[in-house]
Amino acid sequence: MLQKHVQHLYWRAGFGESLTVVRAAEKHSAKQLFKKMLQDTEEYKAIDIVDLKEVIAEFRQLREMRELKKEGGSEAARDKFKDLQKDRKEEQGTLNTTWIDMMSTEKGVLREKMALFWHGHFVSRSLNPAFSQSYLNTLRENALGKFGDLLMAVSQEPSMLQFLNNKQNKKRSPNENFARELMELFTLGRGNYTEKDIKEVARAFTGWDFDLQGRFIFREFQHDDGEKTIFGKTGHFKGEDVIQMILEKKETALFLTTKIYKYFVNENIDNQRVTELAKRFYKTNYDIADLLENIFTADWFYDEKNIGTHIKSPVELLVGLKRTMGVNFEEQQPNLYIQKVLGQVLLYPPNVAGWAGGRNWIDSSSLLFRMQLPAMMFSGKENNISAKKDGDVNTEYQSKKRSFKANVDWDTFSKTILVKNKNIIEELSQYLLQVPVNETFKQGIANKTKNEAEPEGIKKATLAIMMLPEYQVC
Amino acid sequence: MSYSLILSLTHSLIRIMTSRRTFIKKSALATVGGMMIPNFLKAFERQNLGAIQTSEKVLVIIQLSGGNDGLNTVVPYRNDIYYKSRPSIAIPSEKVLKLNDDLGLNPAMESLRSLYDNGLVSVINNVGYPNPDRSHFRSMDIWQTASESTEYLNTGWIGRYLDANCAGINCIPYRALEIDDTLSLSMKGEKVKALAVQDPEKLYKQVSGEFMSKIAKNTSVNDHDNVAYLYKTLAETASSAEFLHTRAKIYKSTSQYPQGELGQRLKTISGLIVSGMPTSVYYVSISGFDTHFNQVNQQERLLKNYADSVNVFVNDLKQNNRFNDVAIMTFSEFGRRVKQNASGGTDHGTANNVFLIGENLKRPKVLNEAPNLTDLDDGDLKFSVDFRQIYASLLQDWLKINDKMILGKNFESLSLL
Repeated sequence: MLQKHVQHLYWRAGFGESLTVVRAAEKHSAKQLFKKMLQDTEEYKAIDIVDLKEVIAEFRQLREMRELKKEGGSEAARDKFKDLQKDRKEEQGTLNTTWIDMMSTEKGVLREKMALFWHGHFVSRSLNPAFSQSYLNTLRENALGKFGDLLMAVSQEPSMLQFLNNKQNKKRSPNENFARELMELFTLGRGNYTEKDIKEVARAFTGWDFDLQGRFIFREFQHDDGEKTIFGKTGHFKGEDVIQMILEKKETALFLTTKIYKYFVNENIDNQRVTELAKRFYKTNYDIADLLENIFTADWFYDEKNIGTHIKSPVELLVGLKRTMGVNFEEQQPNLYIQKVLGQVLLYPPNVAGWAGGRNWIDSSSLLFRMQLPAMMFSGKENNISAKKDGDVNTEYQSKKRSFKANVDWDTFSKTILVKNKNIIEELSQYLLQVPVNETFKQGIANKTKNEAEPEGIKKATLAIMMLPEYQVC
Repeated sequence: MSYSLILSLTHSLIRIMTSRRTFIKKSALATVGGMMIPNFLKAFERQNLGAIQTSEKVLVIIQLSGGNDGLNTVVPYRNDIYYKSRPSIAIPSEKVLKLNDDLGLNPAMESLRSLYDNGLVSVINNVGYPNPDRSHFRSMDIWQTASESTEYLNTGWIGRYLDANCAGINCIPYRALEIDDTLSLSMKGEKVKALAVQDPEKLYKQVSGEFMSKIAKNTSVNDHDNVAYLYKTLAETASSAEFLHTRAKIYKSTSQYPQGELGQRLKTISGLIVSGMPTSVYYVSISGFDTHFNQVNQQERLLKNYADSVNVFVNDLKQNNRFNDVAIMTFSEFGRRVKQNASGGTDHGTANNVFLIGENLKRPKVLNEAPNLTDLDDGDLKFSVDFRQIYASLLQDWLKINDKMILGKNFESLSLL
């Protein structure tokens, strides 16, 4: 395959790869490469940094202290209370950066990329780090399996039951929040159900709750067991039945395939292709890996019009820089800070509709920050941009400024670039950019760096190319 | 002649030219010197031909992030329920700065009271929206996009104001400026997004570096829409930064503003207004209002800083004869619960008060009824004024634009200005 095509696959199905990996892949076909990517996801490792038992104990302590404080409370109790709350927030941050690290280094990157897609699809947010971890692992574990399993599992996550208020959805006082978003955003899309359906679906999900240990629980006595009419069918439906009924509707396959196509291929959709893909997705009982294989190994995926059209999301940009250049920050804080400044903080999606994506990422200030980011990371350029505080005491940890310093092994990188003994600038722009760039830029960069000793020259040229707007797309 | 000089001349001309035709003639003459101006810049210059403002009026929006506790800001000092609900954080009635028989300001807001006494402040109580959301993110989104609580919009209300002023090629980012490093959703339109600028000089430095300015003056060589969009954004940013750089030099405020972010940002705004920036909306936000713990001191510190900064700002503009053209709106994403919590603070609530400050207020007083503490919705205040009614008034009566175009439907005007 052409280098550009290899990179196209790696950027879209992952977050780019090092030049060494790209070069090695050139002798393989798209089918072989995708197969390897899929194989590499076979071993699933759960993220395990938050101890649920500890969190539960903490919450109990918090409650007790709250009681204590009501009765006057001591100074010491108040300090302890604050410490516990602080720990809880920092754990959310650690969870976030742990996932960023996995995206940046794991060989099973396809799983992480797909989980990121699902995170923007099955949006949920929780203040409880144990719930966040469990939700995240559910997305990761089921990212490439059957969509029905994923849908069921994520619907039963405490984070989701809380976020979309199904915890409050009870026989005597139904709450329609989950029912509405389930159909509008997660499966069918607008126009494929009625307001009456929402009311009836909400009744079917009454009683879905979680216990103190954060385990899903069906509370029979809160469940409305009466007859419901959903999509024209009548019966004593429960939540599980509704999920099955939603999967039986072909509109669900079309809705999901369209969204996946927009995300992984091109925001301008090709109707015929999407319809074909959706048909097969439906037929395979919503096999996600199969759908992705059909996309990433198709000839049309490598059409010129699909390459370099995607504006990298902040996480794609950040992880892409780390993964392709093999770097890590000296501290974890910049990982959060960059997400915050650029408007995509993992585990803190803006609302239930997820991140809007595409051109919504770009405005004057985010573009300037993006362009200067590589220099901040790799050459110690000072960051003088402040993240806006959203005023929420629970998210203050995201806006703390820290050194962006990250170390790249420029010697190794320059040796890889130089190995073919071709025009360095040409090699660099082919590796770093998925779209052609103005020749005068290349010439200018070449002139500026030609007298530098290596690896300094290559470092400067790399930073210059990364500063081009073309670096923002893949 | 340097490009920046041409640009600044162009912009100055825009403000004095009444006839588009004469302007085009002069502008053609101005470029006869054989100057090479890249095509996109010419296009950008052309766009600015239409930059004559629909209104000379300026709206300054101050966002209090975190959910300011409205009941301790505008205090119902004669209400027993207020005192019973807040045994350790209620403001004693003798300390309250009385506005009328029911309500008074937090004692930290002495300087706002003096503005009020001079007929420059409207206080609007019980502002909110149906089905209130108590999440910071979501509620701020609703205020910034002016959406229903059941819909999700990707554009902000000021962004759509920019869009509406951007017929065809007439789009300029700096018609609205956010004085900050990053841009809020409220400022993003479909066709045009406002400019975020903390400090005009800092922004100028960012775009005027050798390499950056070279990139900004170029265009993409491929026909991918998104790359072209990135170049366009960069070109507009660079051009706007250059314009701001020349314009901001004209006048720099010499008034003494209080320490802190808000004061410094208002000082920047005052400088830009007096310099004659063709900007209709300025946006600033300050945070720290999420007072779940030990609220009293923290909130008073913030409110004092707010009131003092705004007071200096008003006087600064008055001295420069520009206050007559300025209206200042202050809001927060929600108020807080009526009952205090166990930590000497308050938790997230619903309806809240909004301040409007200016010389042209139709009703410079407490505009409507005090919060009703006996008729609550699960412990929270019920709203009686939809925040979009305030937006509608500001758009229609102040910025002179059809509010329905921006808000999607008609809201009953409050006749504020």
